[in-house]
Amino acid sequence: MAYSNKVIDHYSNPRNVGSFPKDDPNVGTGVVGAPECGDVMKLQLKISDDGVIEDARFKTFGCGSAIASSSYVTELVKGKRLEEAMAIKNSAIVKELNLPPVKIHCSVLAEDAIKAAIGDWQKRKAQTKNGTSRAAEG
Amino acid sequence: MVKLPIYMDNHATTPMDRRVVDAMMPYFCEKFGNAASRNHSFGWEAEEGVDKGRNQVAALINAKAKEIIFTSGATESDNLAIKGVVEFYKDKGNHVITCVTEHKAVLDSCKALERAGKASVTYLRVDKYGVLDPDEVRKAITDKTVLITVMYANNEIGTIHPIAEIGKIAKEKGIIFHCDATQGVGKVPVDVEACGIDLMSLSAHKIYGPKGVGALYVRAKAPRVRLTPIIDGGGHERGMRSGTLNVPGIVGLGAACEIASKEMAEETARVSDLRNKLQAGIFERLDEVYVNGHPTQRLPGNLNVSFAYVEGESLLMGISDIAVSSGSACTSATLEPSYVIRALGTEEELAHSSIRFGLGRFNTEEEVDYVADRVVKEVKRLREMSPLYEMAKEGIDLKSVEWRRD
Repeated sequence: MAYSNKVIDHYSNPRNVGSFPKDDPNVGTGVVGAPECGDVMKLQLKISDDGVIEDARFKTFGCGSAIASSSYVTELVKGKRLEEAMAIKNSAIVKELNLPPVKIHCSVLAEDAIKAAIGDWQKRKAQTKNGTSRAAEG
Repeated sequence: MVKLPIYMDNHATTPMDRRVVDAMMPYFCEKFGNAASRNHSFGWEAEEGVDKGRNQVAALINAKAKEIIFTSGATESDNLAIKGVVEFYKDKGNHVITCVTEHKAVLDSCKALERAGKASVTYLRVDKYGVLDPDEVRKAITDKTVLITVMYANNEIGTIHPIAEIGKIAKEKGIIFHCDATQGVGKVPVDVEACGIDLMSLSAHKIYGPKGVGALYVRAKAPRVRLTPIIDGGGHERGMRSGTLNVPGIVGLGAACEIASKEMAEETARVSDLRNKLQAGIFERLDEVYVNGHPTQRLPGNLNVSFAYVEGESLLMGISDIAVSSGSACTSATLEPSYVIRALGTEEELAHSSIRFGLGRFNTEEEVDYVADRVVKEVKRLREMSPLYEMAKEGIDLKSVEWRRD
């Protein structure tokens, strides 16, 4: 099976590979997939207090299409507001990277990773807020 | 400078040896006769070529010429052996014993018989090296067992089964023993007498011969093995396989067998040295790499390795100027990794991380050095990109993680 040029490009020159410190309060981390399924994506989003994605990092264990999907997603989400990022559908990834049908699950995983990372950030923000208010009460 | 791309997938197929091509050439345009034409010289010279080929194949495996039935390849040979025996001996029994790591040509033949209600099949498990325990075969035998079918050497991990011991058990119990020796023939000494083999499949294109031709060895004496044909027609090949003989292919198969006979000792030593050099070149420079298969009891050209934390297909993509194959099945609809690697009890993630290197007659030391360098470099790059590698380095036990599946 031949890969599309865009998949090859992202695989060969992946954008935004790496990690943010996990304890940074502005970072949301999403880890989706499972090793025994052959795909694990870790997506980290640095989100401003007013809900704009300022930066993104990824690490992926998976085939070339999985790596390309996550690499592309880091570019796609940067500068987006949370509600815009939440609205990203896997079909946009399929279209951009010309993924064949057997690789659609890679794009689904990348969409899930965005939602998981944002969910993590929201959860942490809520906890910080509760923590702060409890501290104030005390 | 090494010439790219490099072919290191010799379990899938082999390039043809020029000497084999030369032997075949006259049989296309000049000696084109039908080997079954008995009344003119065109038929006679074609038959001569076939006879020579039959003798050459027989000599390689210590058989008699008349015990060689030519087929279109090992898949047909496996089908004929398994379906042919079960059909012919149906009054005697209907039980077949095989092994979970067999080639699909064997497994799917067995499954077809089960579906048709013609056989019940026992699929024996293997140990962590992929070896079938002969005692397991003995224990699985019932009074209905008509066939034991076990491969000589595995096509993915190269593990060589204790075939002579299994053959001995089959003889003791009077059960027909079929061996798919597609990967073993021409690579290691295979002797149907010493191993007690009654039926044996082999293929030309795995031993530097042409595609589309193979053979089934069918024992003629002690016992005389009978088969119901799966292809009916003019009654060629002692009635077991009808169809005009593929004369150039048979000549090529014969020539390939003769070269293998003459050069096997030297070639085995050279190819296993190359394999060992490749293995050392990878293992000395990377941590957490594992050999799949038996450490010593394996084919000389086989090296199947799992690179922890790196998915096999992504590694293949990174070394795209090297032809090897992956046990990862990310391209298949099921997303299941290799059933052979999984049968070893290997963790699924390592099964996804496996690569099969298949070295052969035409590989060189320069190629091995290049491949080792490229693989090491690419594995390091992909590990830097792997969340699993990062977690493992942080001391997180990956088995304790609750993964989010779809």
